[in-house]
Amino acid sequence: MKKRFGKTDILVLAIVFAVLSGIWIFTSFIIKEEGADVVITIDGEFYKQVSLREDQEIKISGDETAANILKIQDGKADMVEADCPDKLCVHQKSISKNGETIVCLPNKVVVEVKSGEDAEYDSVAR
Amino acid sequence: MGWQGKYMKRNTAYLGMFLALALICSYVESLIPFYFGIPGVKLGLTNIVVVLLLYTSGAKEALAISVLRIFLAGFLFGNPFSILYSLSGGILSFLIMYALKRTGKLKVVTVSTAGGITHNIGQLIMAAFVVENANIMYYLPVLLIAGFVTGFLIGILSQEMIFRIGDRIGR
Repeated sequence: MKKRFGKTDILVLAIVFAVLSGIWIFTSFIIKEEGADVVITIDGEFYKQVSLREDQEIKISGDETAANILKIQDGKADMVEADCPDKLCVHQKSISKNGETIVCLPNKVVVEVKSGEDAEYDSVAR
Repeated sequence: MGWQGKYMKRNTAYLGMFLALALICSYVESLIPFYFGIPGVKLGLTNIVVVLLLYTSGAKEALAISVLRIFLAGFLFGNPFSILYSLSGGILSFLIMYALKRTGKLKVVTVSTAGGITHNIGQLIMAAFVVENANIMYYLPVLLIAGFVTGFLIGILSQEMIFRIGDRIGR
């Protein structure tokens, strides 16, 4: 019978797992503030900033070929349509808390929730 | 033809078979809508082949199959971006796994777990570059856990395969 786990393995795996869970728990606790705006960027460039308080549908289209539709309802932003093949961003849960993002990699679209103040700062800095 | 030629022939046939196996794994994975609510989380079935080769044939072979698999699977079932992400994840995880294996202190399961975690790190770094937005690092904690779990499962499977049929493959 060959040995499947050595002492070192159990130790390393346990430590790594503890650290990763710690990071996970820590970050999910610190990111829980409700955001005010969503900032949309395409390919790193600022595209649009909209308030989470108004219900609306936004068409995100950098050039004529690629498009996503973002729906804002009850203070939450959700990607409802995308013309990319994998649709990962559409499957993703809606976002409302500071720092949360929806990313559509094929179209290079990033939607991020921000609190009012730093959102404006960021859009200028880009 | 000397023994070297014979070895090359045998090895080419073996590696071709493993490449086909890795591609089938990619295909199977593209069929399963394996979705956890987080983009980029996959089981990583093909890593069984990479780990298996790393332990039975050697580092060069494992790296070659991994890279070829990524390109071919990208052309067949993915898009240019999926190639880019897989490539950065695949190469980073390979380097880490190779380094850890060389220490000789860890078992296959642990090496594969490290591979799973670093694969996701590599992919996310590339994604942050592509969208030019470091904020997607927000996903990192979840992806690290996901990498741990998938890498661990793949490691157990690979380890069993190496124990059972490892001496019949490779050199």
